[in-house]
Amino acid sequence: MKNTTLNRLGFQLLALALALGITSLILLAVGARPIQVFKDMFGSLGSVNKFSDVLVSWVPLLLVTAGLLITFAAGLWNIGVEGQITLGAIGTTMMLRSLQDSAMNPALIITLSVLAGMFAGALWAALAGALKTFGGVNEIFGGLGLNFVATALTIYLIFGPWKRPGTGSMSGTEPFADPLHLPLFEGLRLSPWSLVIAIAGIIFVYFLLQGTYFGLRLKAVGRNFRAAYLLGIPTWQYMMFSFLLCGALAGAAGALQVTAVYYRLIPAISSGYGYLGLMVAMLINYQAIWAVSVALFFAALNIGSIQLPILHKLDSSLSGVLQGMLVLFVLLAEGARQRFTPKA
Amino acid sequence: METELILIGLAGVLFAAAPIIFAVIGETVTERAGVINLSMNGTILLSAMGGFAASSRTESLLAGFLTGAAIGALVALVVAFSSITLKQSQVAVGFVLALTCRDLAYFLGNNYMGVSGPRVPAWDFPVLGQIPIIGQLFFHHDVMTYLSFLAILLAWAWIFRTRPGLMLQGIGERPASAYVRGANVNLMRYVYTIIGGAIIGLAGPTYSLSVKAGWNGTISGLDGFGWIALSITIFGGWNPLRAAFGAYLFGLLQWLGLVLQPSLPNIPSQVLQVAPFPLMILTLLLVNIGDAEWVERTLAAMPESARRFFTKAFRALRASPPAALGVPFERD
Repeated sequence: MKNTTLNRLGFQLLALALALGITSLILLAVGARPIQVFKDMFGSLGSVNKFSDVLVSWVPLLLVTAGLLITFAAGLWNIGVEGQITLGAIGTTMMLRSLQDSAMNPALIITLSVLAGMFAGALWAALAGALKTFGGVNEIFGGLGLNFVATALTIYLIFGPWKRPGTGSMSGTEPFADPLHLPLFEGLRLSPWSLVIAIAGIIFVYFLLQGTYFGLRLKAVGRNFRAAYLLGIPTWQYMMFSFLLCGALAGAAGALQVTAVYYRLIPAISSGYGYLGLMVAMLINYQAIWAVSVALFFAALNIGSIQLPILHKLDSSLSGVLQGMLVLFVLLAEGARQRFTPKA
Repeated sequence: METELILIGLAGVLFAAAPIIFAVIGETVTERAGVINLSMNGTILLSAMGGFAASSRTESLLAGFLTGAAIGALVALVVAFSSITLKQSQVAVGFVLALTCRDLAYFLGNNYMGVSGPRVPAWDFPVLGQIPIIGQLFFHHDVMTYLSFLAILLAWAWIFRTRPGLMLQGIGERPASAYVRGANVNLMRYVYTIIGGAIIGLAGPTYSLSVKAGWNGTISGLDGFGWIALSITIFGGWNPLRAAFGAYLFGLLQWLGLVLQPSLPNIPSQVLQVAPFPLMILTLLLVNIGDAEWVERTLAAMPESARRFFTKAFRALRASPPAALGVPFERD
């Protein structure tokens, strides 16, 4: 047992070294100095300001990863999560718009809006789920298609019905008034409410999967669909429910992007957090306990890479390259470990 | 005059579909062998960028296409190694590669943004180009378009009309039987995945050196092609001819969207650009819905004539994947 753990750790360190090595080679190929680049990516994260920015990016990533752990437990590849974030943002914006001129208490308006976003995200996920359950459309392709549709819907709303007074623009809808923003920490861009919601989300998922009968049966559906069905587990209902939960968590991520980050709907509101969440889930081998730290690391890479164009004239997509290489080599190392270590 | 314009439009559809054709044919060959190469969207972007970069550096078009094919083959090799040798999930590795190659393309392509480079020259096919209408539709393009036509026919003939093609079907449908018949299943899967990857890799340079020459990073308009091509492969039922039909139908609809744009001023152009995606979902729905349990039950409850009609319709649309698609082969 202990040997396996040690063995696994060795292979994962090897994966980390390979990912860093290949990324360094890529940096050398474009004439940059890898050590300096890595140092600049992480070095600037020490300040309170920067670290709070990392947390701003960590919140949606953690929420999305939490949701995906549920669909992965059910054996589903919910690539549509990106669109579910977008719909969450749209639902929230819609509710905010319809209530912003009312005399209602702002706190109540925000609460209702976030709930509307979670509802919209769940609805979008249910669409992918229904396509799979009743139409036989693989959730990967249904979800991908729905992602593009969600983006188009956002752009349509920004340039059409919700356009700014005058003309619509890529900068998004008219920002909401101050009282409708989630309060921030003094002098930072981070809202304590976002942190609370994200942490509550991952704790909820952790206990759902580890400590409940529902989680156990869900995992049974994911591991062996047919056996679960024969055991009398209502399989498609479980799959559908996991879609709904994941969609609601992704929707919450989108809702917070509107109420705590941008204060409006922008075209790229989901910012690729859905796809990144899939990578985090793969990297942590679908174990909820690791989500918090790995999502934080990925968020740090995201924020660290923002400086690259200014400091090194490099494209900020470097963070995506490094994240991808990391996941790729961890998957490969795990395969190599299983293949080349003798079974006891 | 009207017909003239329509002919030019349709010829444009055939021309612009060439990258998707390469992608779809490459993926069809790969999946026929039982391997899913989900990395396509990233592969195409990286090969488009790499092909363009190689061409603009060497001033050689050939270098660009060879680079593209090499990138495609290399990414496919990673997919093959991880799924065949290491028996990891093809979906997981493919998806990670799709994202990583995409980011890599944007990262490495940063220096080639908006740089001018060579472009495949138009070349009217001799003799055949003279035929009225047909010539105008099919033979007033460039070499890559003709190669895309050829790829469809060759792939179809290889799979369905040759002995090795029969073996290819075998390793995707019943690898155990193919193995007993003397096929080295895993080696052949490697070979077909890499060849398929090289064909997919042609899609990128065909775009960046011919259809829409140049590299413009995230606004190249190429992002998403790979995902569309994957669903067209399914729509095509793993048959190159039907897949090509799907690709052209898709191009036709996109073109119609463009033509109809002026008469629909209330709809922003970005919305029409994604019109194919709901369509893609719809086609996948049509292809698969015949297998759903509730449909079978509903059909059983229908009167005889209606049932026969719908059963026939669903069977015509239905596309079943190679039985061993995505399943690793172990010989024991």
